[in-house]
Amino acid sequence: MNSIEIKNLSLNFGDVKVLKDLNLSVEKGEFLVLLGASGCGKSTLLNCIAGLLDITDGQIFINNQNVTWYEPSERGIGMVFQSYALYPQMSVEGNLSFSLKNAKLSKEEINTRVKNASEILQIEDLLKRKPAALSGGQRQRVAIGRALVRDVEVFLFDEPLSNLDAKLRTELRVEIKRLHHKLKNTMIYVTHDQIEAMTLANRIAIMRDGLILQLDNPKTIYNFPVNKYVAEFIGSPSMNFIEGRLDGTNFEFDELSFNLEGYSFKEKIKANSQVWLGVRPENIVINEADKTMPVNCDVVVEVVEPMGADTLVWSSLNGKELRFTVEGNKIVNIGDKLNVGFDPAHVSIFDFETEDRL
Amino acid sequence: MTDSQNNSGVVEPRGPKPRKIMSRRNIILYGTLLVVAIYYLIPLYVMIVTSLKGMPEIRLGNIFSPPVEVTFDPWIKAWSQACTGLNCDGLSRGFWNSVQITLPSVIVSIAIASVNGYALANWRFKGANLFFTILIFGAFIPYQIMIYPLVILLRDLGIYTKLPGLILIHSIFGMPILTLLFRNYFTTIPEELFKAARVDGARFWGIYFRVMMPMSLPIFVVAIIMQVTGIWNDFLFGVIYTKPDTYPMTVQLNNIVNSVQGVKEYNVNMAATLLTGLVPLTIYFISGKLFVRGIAAGAVKG
Repeated sequence: MNSIEIKNLSLNFGDVKVLKDLNLSVEKGEFLVLLGASGCGKSTLLNCIAGLLDITDGQIFINNQNVTWYEPSERGIGMVFQSYALYPQMSVEGNLSFSLKNAKLSKEEINTRVKNASEILQIEDLLKRKPAALSGGQRQRVAIGRALVRDVEVFLFDEPLSNLDAKLRTELRVEIKRLHHKLKNTMIYVTHDQIEAMTLANRIAIMRDGLILQLDNPKTIYNFPVNKYVAEFIGSPSMNFIEGRLDGTNFEFDELSFNLEGYSFKEKIKANSQVWLGVRPENIVINEADKTMPVNCDVVVEVVEPMGADTLVWSSLNGKELRFTVEGNKIVNIGDKLNVGFDPAHVSIFDFETEDRL
Repeated sequence: MTDSQNNSGVVEPRGPKPRKIMSRRNIILYGTLLVVAIYYLIPLYVMIVTSLKGMPEIRLGNIFSPPVEVTFDPWIKAWSQACTGLNCDGLSRGFWNSVQITLPSVIVSIAIASVNGYALANWRFKGANLFFTILIFGAFIPYQIMIYPLVILLRDLGIYTKLPGLILIHSIFGMPILTLLFRNYFTTIPEELFKAARVDGARFWGIYFRVMMPMSLPIFVVAIIMQVTGIWNDFLFGVIYTKPDTYPMTVQLNNIVNSVQGVKEYNVNMAATLLTGLVPLTIYFISGKLFVRGIAAGAVKG
């Protein structure tokens, strides 16, 4: 059963088309992440689902009910904002119970719900405090609690962790994942942080210019990006791209030639077509003496960036930049000559013109 | 002690940098401020001193000298006996008139203008921009143009020379600038708070009263200061849209001070002027503190 279904959604601000004929369905209990660079329309889409923006065309269904014309509060959603958006003059308890009072619930009902939510989020000690007397992490917990008390079908998160410092972000990320596991609600989560997306999502929707480019589970998106933009956007350090010609299974550029036997092409390739070859830095390995990898070449180390668990090495291949990671305790020095290689099964090939996966 | 200190007599720099209190810059700065302060305070001093003297003492001509015999008679006379035209019951009549004018005008104008500002800032209704432009344009039209048409309007409504008429005038004329003030303040409140309140099921009035208004105390205080002083000090509308029975305090003050018959009672005039100025002065003192306090501090991010 679909929890959320969006049909042909369009939104224009004047002449600017922010969302273009967008279709999306989210299953019950699914954790969907909308990922994209700023200005791609991901927050706008979330606001449309919440009913905070009037849409230009299309329909939105929540729980098999057409909510296109419903007020935000009638849609069965709870929303968590980036800036927390707590009511500063109300105590934590007041913030949590505000929506319940608006819904005219009984006092006992309000009390039990506030108690439950604050237990789940471990903010029982803070109930009497004002938001100004809370830390960033506590505020965000209260903001989540405000969505929690409403006992809704769908949770919407609008970059909830972007205002927190790095350590707290990691902590709260795990907590959101736990919460999802416990509550099993449908959650839609907007972020520009690919780590958050990869770690939290059941499925990721990568957006660009008001369109969903790829909608799939994190692993598929990471290993089989549908086009060059997605490949570049996901993964840090980002993918290496080499421009060249593809002749059968032979990839040629400058004087070098790689045999890419083992790569699963989606369709039959025209002979001699211009393509991008994409290789993730962690898929390039230093060859031992016997050259275990099918494809090999010699490179000179130019910059070394130790990052603890692993080390990022910058080198060049025929003048093109090539990044790869090696194990953290391996000693690599600038000027070293290395033979590196990769497995064609782990590369991505994109058409030069359309940038679509081949 | 280190060698360098002993030899040169210069202290090794450490801790806060010492500042000279009697530096040339400070003397010039504070000297100027002091002179300006005295310049503004002397008239007030003369007024207070004169209002506490009897007429024989005033005739001696030493306006700066403190009263030899302190008397409150001029204050009492100004409040309850001074003659303005036909009535001889002092400023007290004008004071109560002014209270009856100012209170409703302030409440009505702020209540309407704040809702206007809230609607313009948060609910982007159709034609909002046009409405706002017209309203702002209203702030730039000279009052003089509208005086006579408004006389006719009030007469037709049957409230010309009556207090409700003047209250209506003050409420209308406060609208453009107050709406602008509130709109600009409400736009500084993060939009996400408004969105959160909508998700939480609050509607137009719920959001206004329970979310926006409690966060906007500073701007309400600013608006109250502006309106109370503005309406209390108004003379033009008061003299045009009322009659002797309903004159506000300022008009009465003018009639006392500018009366040509009899002896000029300087002490009564001074006392009457001080009495009239007391209300705005009190407002400044009371609300100043509230005004400075940052009520919305720590509201959203932190």
